[in-house]
Amino acid sequence: MLAALTAMLVGSSLVLVFLVAPEDADQGLSQKIFYFHVPIALTAYACFGLGAYKALLLLWRKDERYDLESYVAIHQGTIFGVLTLATGSIWAKASWGHWWLWSENQLVLFLVLFLFYTAYFMLRFSLEEGPRRANISAVYALFGIVLVPVSFLAIRLAENVIHPTVFTREGPQMTGTMFFTFCVAWVAISSLAYTLYRVELLGKRVDSNLRELREALTS
Amino acid sequence: MSSGEKYLAAAYAVIFVTVLVYVAIIAAKLTRLERETAELARLAQTRLRERG
Amino acid sequence: MRYLADVATLARKDLRLELRARDTLPAMLLFVVSTLVVFRFALPEGADELAAQGLLWVALVFTALLGLARAWAPERESGALEGLVLAPTDRSAIWLGKSAAVFVFLAAVELVALPAFAVFFAPVDLSTVVGVLLANLGICAIGTLLAAMAAVSRTRELILPLLFLPLAIPLVVGGVGASISEEPEQFLAFLGLYDAVFAILCWASFEYVVSE
Repeated sequence: MLAALTAMLVGSSLVLVFLVAPEDADQGLSQKIFYFHVPIALTAYACFGLGAYKALLLLWRKDERYDLESYVAIHQGTIFGVLTLATGSIWAKASWGHWWLWSENQLVLFLVLFLFYTAYFMLRFSLEEGPRRANISAVYALFGIVLVPVSFLAIRLAENVIHPTVFTREGPQMTGTMFFTFCVAWVAISSLAYTLYRVELLGKRVDSNLRELREALTS
Repeated sequence: MSSGEKYLAAAYAVIFVTVLVYVAIIAAKLTRLERETAELARLAQTRLRERG
Repeated sequence: MRYLADVATLARKDLRLELRARDTLPAMLLFVVSTLVVFRFALPEGADELAAQGLLWVALVFTALLGLARAWAPERESGALEGLVLAPTDRSAIWLGKSAAVFVFLAAVELVALPAFAVFFAPVDLSTVVGVLLANLGICAIGTLLAAMAAVSRTRELILPLLFLPLAIPLVVGGVGASISEEPEQFLAFLGLYDAVFAILCWASFEYVVSE
C-alpha cells in the first residue's frame, strides 16, 4: 500500500520535473538536479533525526525493539547521505566544472556526517550483540544529531574566515511551478525513504525471528 | 545531448540505480529467508516425528 | 557535595597512577614535539605562517588521540571499570573524574607544545591560548566518553580515531579560527558553545555507555 503510494508520488514528481517545471534561465537543464538533490538531503537529515529519536526512546524506555528501528533509520540516512554527496557532486561538476566544492556548505556538512555515521556502523560491528551494543549505538546516534547543527555552524564560520568563498551561488529563485514541483519531489523522496525504512525493518525483524526459531529448534 | 543534459541524466541515473540495487538486495534477502524458513519447517517436522 | 568529592577522588587516583607509572605523559610530550618537527619538513618553503597555525591544531588533536587511547587502560587491565560502575557513586562522576584527569594531562602537554610551536614556527597569541584551553575541554569531554566506547569494543585503539575525528572537526575549526582570525571572539564563543553542549550530552549519557 505504502509502496504503491510511493510509486505514484515518485512517478508524478518525475513528470513534473521533466515536463512541467520551466527551465532555469541561468543554469539550464542541470538545475533540475535540485528537485531531487535537496529533498534527498532533507530526507537524510530526517532519517538521522528519526534514528536519534528512536535511540532516545531506547535509552528512556529500555525496549530493545527501538535498537533495530534506530539502526535501520540511520542506515537509511547514510544511504541518502551518500546519494546527497553523489548528486551534489554531479551538480557541482555541471555548474562549476569541479567534482567537489568546499564552498558548498551542505556538501561539506554531509561529508562530515558521512564520516561520522560510517564510524557508527564500524562501532556497531565491533561490539557484541546485546543491550550494551544497543545502548552505545543509541548514545552515538544522539551525538550525531547534535553534531548536525554544531558542524553546520562550524562550517559556516570556517567559510567566512578560514576559506573565503570564491564561488557564490544565489539561491535558486523559484517560480510557483518550480516550488510546487519541489514540494512534490520532497514528499515523494520522503515517502520513498519511509517505504525503504519499513521494508528493511521488516526484513531485519524476520531475520531475528528466524534466528530465535532456529535456536529453539536446534537446542 | 548537451553537457547539461548529460549531468542531469547522470544524477537521476545514480538515484535510480541506487534504488534498483536496494531492490536487488531485498530480493536476495527474501530468497535466503525463503530457503531458511523451508529448512526450519523441515526441522520442525523432524522434531514432531521424533516426539511421536 | 558527595558527587564532587567522588569526582575529585577519581581524578586524583588517575593523576597519582600516572605520576607513578610515567608512561603516557612522556610519550605524549615526545609525540607532540616530534609531530611539530615533522610538520616543519612537511611544509614547503614559503608556506606562510597561517598554514603552520593550522598544523598546530592537527598536532594537538592527534596527541590527544594518543593520550585518550590509553585513558581507560588502567581500568580495563585491572577490570576495575565493572567495580566502579557497581559503586554507589553516580556513573557520570566516573566520566567527569576521568575527563578532569585527561584535561590535566593534555594541559601539561600543551604547556610544552605551545612554546615549542612558538619557537619552531610563529609566536602564539592570547586568543590561541584561550582557544587551546577551550578546545581542550571539548576534547576531554567527548574523548573520554568515546574512549570508553572504544574500550569495550573488539577493535579498541583502531576505532577511537574514527569515532573522535568527525566530532573533532568543529573543534579544529574553532581553534584555527581563533588563531588566525581578526575577530577571534566568535570562534572562542563557538568553542564555548561546543563544550557546553557536548559536555552536557556526555554527562547525561555516560552511564548508558558503561552499563550492561
